[in-house]
Amino acid sequence: MPNRVAIIGVGCTPAQPTTPYLSFKELMFQEAERAYLDAGIEASEVESFVTCAEDLNEGLSIFDEYTPDQLGAVQKPMHTLTQDGLHGIADAVMQIQSGLVELVVVEAHSKASNILTPEWILDYAVDPVWNRPLGFNPHAIAGLEMNVFLHETGITPDQCAHVTAKNRTNALRNPLAAYPARTAPGDVADSPYAFYPLRETEMARTADGCVVVVLASDDRARAGKSQPVWVRGVGFANDSSTLESRDWIRAEYCRVAAQMAYRQAGIHNPGRDIHLFEVDDTYAYKELQHLVALGLYSRPGDAGRAVASGVTKPNGETPVNVSGGALGMGLTLEATGLYRVAELVAQLRKQAGARQLPHAKVALAQSWRGVPTTSGAVVVLSSE
Amino acid sequence: MSMRRVAVVGAGMTKFMRRALETPKELAWLAAKGALDSAGMTLDQIQGVVHGTAPDAFDGLHMKGEYLSEGSGGWKKPYLRCYVGGGTGVYAIAQGWFQVASGLFDTALVVCEEKMSTCLPHPQAAFLTIFDNITEQPLKPNLLWIFALEQNRYMARHGIRVEEIARVSVKNKRNALGHPSAQLGAELTVKDVLASEIMAWPVHRLMVSPTSDGAAAVVLAAEDVAKRVTDKPVWIQGVGWCLDTTYWTNRDLYYPEYVEKAAWMAYHMAGIREPRQEINIAEPYDPFAYKELHHLEGLQLAPKGKAPQLLADGVFDRDGDLPSSPSGGLLGVGNPIAAAGTMKVCELFWQLRGEAGPRQVPGKPRRGVAQAWGDLMQVGTVVVMGTAQL
Amino acid sequence: MSGEPRTVRGTPLELADLKKGKVFTTAYVPKIQYAWDTGVAIGRYLEELKNGRLIARRCQRCQRTMVPPRMFCERCFRSTDEWVYVQDTGTVNTFSLCYVSWDVRRLKTPEIPAVIEIDGASPGMGIMHVLGKVNPKQVRVGMRVRAVWKPPPQRTGSITDILYFAPIKGKTTKVGTAKKPR
Ligand SMILES: [Zn+2]
Repeated sequence: MPNRVAIIGVGCTPAQPTTPYLSFKELMFQEAERAYLDAGIEASEVESFVTCAEDLNEGLSIFDEYTPDQLGAVQKPMHTLTQDGLHGIADAVMQIQSGLVELVVVEAHSKASNILTPEWILDYAVDPVWNRPLGFNPHAIAGLEMNVFLHETGITPDQCAHVTAKNRTNALRNPLAAYPARTAPGDVADSPYAFYPLRETEMARTADGCVVVVLASDDRARAGKSQPVWVRGVGFANDSSTLESRDWIRAEYCRVAAQMAYRQAGIHNPGRDIHLFEVDDTYAYKELQHLVALGLYSRPGDAGRAVASGVTKPNGETPVNVSGGALGMGLTLEATGLYRVAELVAQLRKQAGARQLPHAKVALAQSWRGVPTTSGAVVVLSSE
Repeated sequence: MSMRRVAVVGAGMTKFMRRALETPKELAWLAAKGALDSAGMTLDQIQGVVHGTAPDAFDGLHMKGEYLSEGSGGWKKPYLRCYVGGGTGVYAIAQGWFQVASGLFDTALVVCEEKMSTCLPHPQAAFLTIFDNITEQPLKPNLLWIFALEQNRYMARHGIRVEEIARVSVKNKRNALGHPSAQLGAELTVKDVLASEIMAWPVHRLMVSPTSDGAAAVVLAAEDVAKRVTDKPVWIQGVGWCLDTTYWTNRDLYYPEYVEKAAWMAYHMAGIREPRQEINIAEPYDPFAYKELHHLEGLQLAPKGKAPQLLADGVFDRDGDLPSSPSGGLLGVGNPIAAAGTMKVCELFWQLRGEAGPRQVPGKPRRGVAQAWGDLMQVGTVVVMGTAQL
Repeated sequence: MSGEPRTVRGTPLELADLKKGKVFTTAYVPKIQYAWDTGVAIGRYLEELKNGRLIARRCQRCQRTMVPPRMFCERCFRSTDEWVYVQDTGTVNTFSLCYVSWDVRRLKTPEIPAVIEIDGASPGMGIMHVLGKVNPKQVRVGMRVRAVWKPPPQRTGSITDILYFAPIKGKTTKVGTAKKPR
């Protein structure tokens, strides 16, 4: 990667089911202060700001109107992306690599608890002419995808249940997690179907939270006081937004994004070269689908066998979602990817407490924006 | 640090219209295809797509950028939707610029779209939700309020009369007569403008841009690609953007400081010290007539409070010293929010290549500035383009 | 390569085309509701509105008294320090006479939105509200105004607990010179 870029600071509030005591601005201010302190910088030094947010999730149109003050961004370059925080990281990396700026802040948050009609908002994202008149709950798209994914790959519902069990149990060691629970695969099998073959316990629940990340150029990172974590590669991509013409099996957005990031990072064998994965698990089967798209398994069915045999547990060969993932931490809207980055930064800095993995040097975070999208991003980080 | 050079190599746009038969995706596709055709390129040659569109409520879609991705050419490609309200159409060019300048991409397709007619009973109603949900929306404000409040402040501070501002509408709607995509080209007098009904004093109907459907797109390329695909690349010499405080009622609205800061960011990058001397064409954002004057001042192309006089003197006419909105602007061509800003960039592309047909500014212009604005009178976005490779 | 488009792409429709059913449409009314957390600053602001008072936050570093209140100072980028009551009087910074409602219905009597610089807040610190009990022709920049409140039982903790601002007879002042705190 030309012009290396590093993450030099992170501010991250524990994800929680509700956060009634603070407004989104007050949450952002708190985490900005934490991130700038961690990075050893003053807000006034930051040259550019990126917020990742969707208007309809905020309940405010043109949401970037409401972003600058609480980040210290007044009369500074600032823009929003209506995408996940990992897209924001990619954006910041490109700004720095262009030579335009040296210090960029990326922010994303969730006040999902303020949305009283989440399913209607998702419905509003469905194609208005073809699909909306059919009146299905948008989460049914995940049921459709899971069904054909299992059918094509031979992955079993029981193997998917291991994903939920692993991630929610992992979350017990993560003080940032909103939904930790000691869970066995059998508990999942006992829960009712939501959108067959998808069960209720296989769907991540939303949570509130906020993450602020500070990125710096090579020079700035080296001159700074904080322990930098290097961005080795970024990738992002979309498949088709049309339900009728997308690839339902292979998570193409994830594959294309990963190829882009691997090219920059010089990664040829992700299973060997990357020691820790934080991948999207909005629905349990998605973790497996995304691991396949990331190139971890030559045969897709191996993803199911790996999770069932414990390979992706924290003490396994390829730890996946040590943080607890979205199933354990909660789905924090566009901040979901940044919570994963926060986990990787903690791991690579050896600050992950009870979750600390001893040998992780290169790590990957991956995001997906949920139904009905095919929008994903990948970030590869390393401690050296 | 020396930056990678990036050029605009193609531009395209749809007709701007009150109501389009095409869906949002189809509009985006028409503009994208137009831009690719003009560059003599195909989608295979595009490595990344930048999309811009303003509030989701217009097209009636949550996560509108995702819905629009394939219409914009984003299928199985890196795709970003950037967003700074009304400033999006010019900001998207900056986004595309740093994507290519970073070295991660050699080409980028920038597509901006808006289909406002979807929103019923009237697209303006969607603007209610841009105001603070707790301290402002209960007052049932509309977009006209804040424009009128700002225009009044600008007039009160400098002693400007409404008829001086009406001249912007006359000039831009006349310029738009030469634009094949224009929605509201017209030959009008200042008297006609002042005779149109008052929407929100001091704003008359003919001083307001229409609501529109439409899309506009450009193709960006790194130096080596640009030189391969065209012998007339138009170089992006500078980009700038700046967001001011949310608390707009705590600021003096008479002058857009954020536009000044965005402009200087772009000018420094372009090596411009004397904007008034070094810029040949301006495409400032003109959703309302006074905004063009306000923005010319913010862009350092007129002293504070003096833009109305320069306008009256003919400086900003198409054959004047510093033609402003030779396209016809939002007042004449139309205002599909994000697409309108990109339309201004398209206009610079055509003008600087000498391809603007009946709208061509005389004297072989070499450098132009396009600017957009948005949010709660809060964001300035600026692109400087020129024929010279700096 | 060609310059601007020779063929203009896109197909305009008239309202009549829709009414006559010349093209198909699908109709949809979004069912979207929120309950926004007001947080510390705006929560207190609303509470005080219910009490018939305006409250601001003060930053000791830059010495600004800010309304609407916020828990952070955007200029100094630090927490603000104290609550300060400000007055319910002020000066019109700018105004409009608006003949169109928020959903674009034509109005006979204009709404009069204004930015009102609040007495007791720092100079230039205004809020948006509407003016009432005033002849539209007589509204001026610099006009002195006072809040007209709903009766206490009708207040809900909303900016609309102030019905409107009405002129204080015969007074105008220069904008940007609001009175200093008591
Ligand atoms: Zn301060």
